[in-house]
Amino acid sequence: MLRKLLIGTALATSFVFSAHAADVKEVQMLHWWTSGGEAAALNVLKGDLAKEGYAWKDVPVAGGGGDAAMTALKAMVAAGNYPTASQMLGYTVLDYAAAGVMGDLTETAKKEGWDKSVPAALQKFSVYEGKWVAAPVNVHSVNWLWINKAVMDKIGGTEPKTFDDFVALLDKAKAAGVIPLALGGQNWQEATMFDSVVLSTGGPEFYKKAFNDLDDASLKSDTMKKSFDNLAKLVTYVDPNFSGRDWNLATAMVIKGDALVQVMGDWAKGEFHAAKKTPGTDFLCYRFPGTDGSVIYNSDMFGMFNVPEDRKAAQVALATATLSKSFQSAFNVVKGSVPARTDVPDTDFDACGKKGIADLKKANEGGTLFGSLAQGYGAPPAVANAYKDVVSKFVHGQIKTSDEAVTELVKAIDDAK
Amino acid sequence: MSTVATTQIKLTPEQARPRASVRSRLQDALPKIVLAPSFAITIVFVYGFILWTIYLSFTNSKTFPSYVITGSRAYQRLWGWTFDTDPPSSWYTSITNMGIFGFLYILICLALGLFLAILLDQKIRGEGMLRPIYLYPMALSFIVTGVAWKWFLDPGLGLEQTLHQWGWTSFHFDWIKNKDFVIYTVVIAGVWQASGFIMAMFLAGLRGIDGEIMKAAQIDGATTFQLYRRIVIPLLRPIFLSAFIVLAHLAIKSYDLVVALTSGGPGGSAWLPSNFMYEYTFKRNEMAVGSASAVIMLMTIVAIIVPYLYSELREKSR
Repeated sequence: MLRKLLIGTALATSFVFSAHAADVKEVQMLHWWTSGGEAAALNVLKGDLAKEGYAWKDVPVAGGGGDAAMTALKAMVAAGNYPTASQMLGYTVLDYAAAGVMGDLTETAKKEGWDKSVPAALQKFSVYEGKWVAAPVNVHSVNWLWINKAVMDKIGGTEPKTFDDFVALLDKAKAAGVIPLALGGQNWQEATMFDSVVLSTGGPEFYKKAFNDLDDASLKSDTMKKSFDNLAKLVTYVDPNFSGRDWNLATAMVIKGDALVQVMGDWAKGEFHAAKKTPGTDFLCYRFPGTDGSVIYNSDMFGMFNVPEDRKAAQVALATATLSKSFQSAFNVVKGSVPARTDVPDTDFDACGKKGIADLKKANEGGTLFGSLAQGYGAPPAVANAYKDVVSKFVHGQIKTSDEAVTELVKAIDDAK
Repeated sequence: MSTVATTQIKLTPEQARPRASVRSRLQDALPKIVLAPSFAITIVFVYGFILWTIYLSFTNSKTFPSYVITGSRAYQRLWGWTFDTDPPSSWYTSITNMGIFGFLYILICLALGLFLAILLDQKIRGEGMLRPIYLYPMALSFIVTGVAWKWFLDPGLGLEQTLHQWGWTSFHFDWIKNKDFVIYTVVIAGVWQASGFIMAMFLAGLRGIDGEIMKAAQIDGATTFQLYRRIVIPLLRPIFLSAFIVLAHLAIKSYDLVVALTSGGPGGSAWLPSNFMYEYTFKRNEMAVGSASAVIMLMTIVAIIVPYLYSELREKSR
């Protein structure tokens, strides 16, 4: 009996050790990029790592989406069982860094010159107290219009340069009998659109003060009230059935020509590509009217955890591969976003991607690159969600006037701070 | 192995007595030993975590649990939100929805379940086939129910669209898109799922009623209505109670149905307290507030269960 037990224990330990040995050459990755285009984009990275001899292991997440992944990550970290890296968004990286569980990639960053090539606004989320804790994968920007070209030609519209132009364009579409604005009535979509509206109404200075610095006076101001009025105006152009619709269904309305335009981040481009549409001939991408020159961004990051020494080599390899120019180009061409470093050549990108890269560079140099509040890059999650609540309640009529909306916004943000 | 060993050895009476008593003591303790692991697991993972949640609700936990007690700020915030009616705060929406949903869900399920059970109990042909048809929705997960009803109720896809295509163009049913009515669609889907199960409970109860009593009543000239009103339904009282408990806890812990059916509803208007709890704990990183709302949900359940247990135990001891 005792002998059996001993043998069993020995076997078990040897198993544990051998499993451990395999770990060293393995990148354990927690992410939720499972749908077609995203998974294909990630395969590029897997291939790059395989060339260097590192195996890729997905950390399984029950239930799919980002929320489930974050819950799983919380449990793993609480148990001291760190993945090599995890897909993370905005303030989550900083929260984990503050809890002291993130690794330190500063050496790699120096060697690869990330300090210079990654936009400063992004470094706010990937560098914590002077240490690199995450590798940004891409930059999405939110202030885009996606327009069906055939519908645009039919109604004889031109690129709207101001908010009033935009309203006039929507009126034209309405008169022609198409749904002017495709919107999914979920709080994050409404708030994402409102980000652009605020930038358009108040300008870059105002957006930064209100939605990145959470300046009380700006939040209370008449400009904010005007922004809510503008949002209310836009909402009159959606179809009655918009509430609860998923964003990709709203994009599909534009693709099919049922609707003229969607205000959405550049991940919508992936849907156009999947439907075999080409920018310029089938669809048009313009900056949200009145926001040209500024970029409201969010970014996917690979947060790097403080793994044991023997697994660090794999982590460094992952980080290096993630920010390599070849991967940045290959991945972002597929994903619809733009590279997280500004020195990647834009040759492989389509017209919208080229514009996105140029805009990002310009915004980075001009100081007009701002975090999206709706996407959790303007303020911590508590504030961002309080903001989404208010915008959504305003869109759906629980909050009736823009006066009330401003009061509620200030109250909700104060409460959440 | 050990049993073989004990039977082989011949024991003197002096030796046998203490051994036997060890065995019998072991036998006495066996149920306790077998129950111990599950008991321990329950203690830790149910009651332990209840206490932990209560503890967290008095801290300032944000993304991660913090163990520094900072007082009842989380409860104060919830209390404040309880009276934020215009515009409605998320918490106010959650608890009023709980009231509407809980009341209608339980009431309609009980009424419909009883009605169906009485109809099925009329010794009709094909009962064996009808019963599982009504019971089957209970076998589906809330997610499936939610998604199916979401498509069915969607004005652009389901019922309304179909009737429009059939020519009834004035038909209008957009509750699922309407902030004031969306909670009633949750009631519809919930009732569809649970009423068959409640029917089965009532049916079992009806089958348990002594036929003699019914016959006696019929001989005394009772009409069918009187029979059910005065005899059958009063006799079903324990079933009502069990059904109520089952439904009440289903109602309070409902979460997935709201998510799958409405994804929270327009502007969060379909939230229930469990949605509120999940949102605040995991999405907004306000663990203390989330814990406090969980404690309030627990207290609601306790307020229902304790009187039930009390009445049950009192009846047993009588």
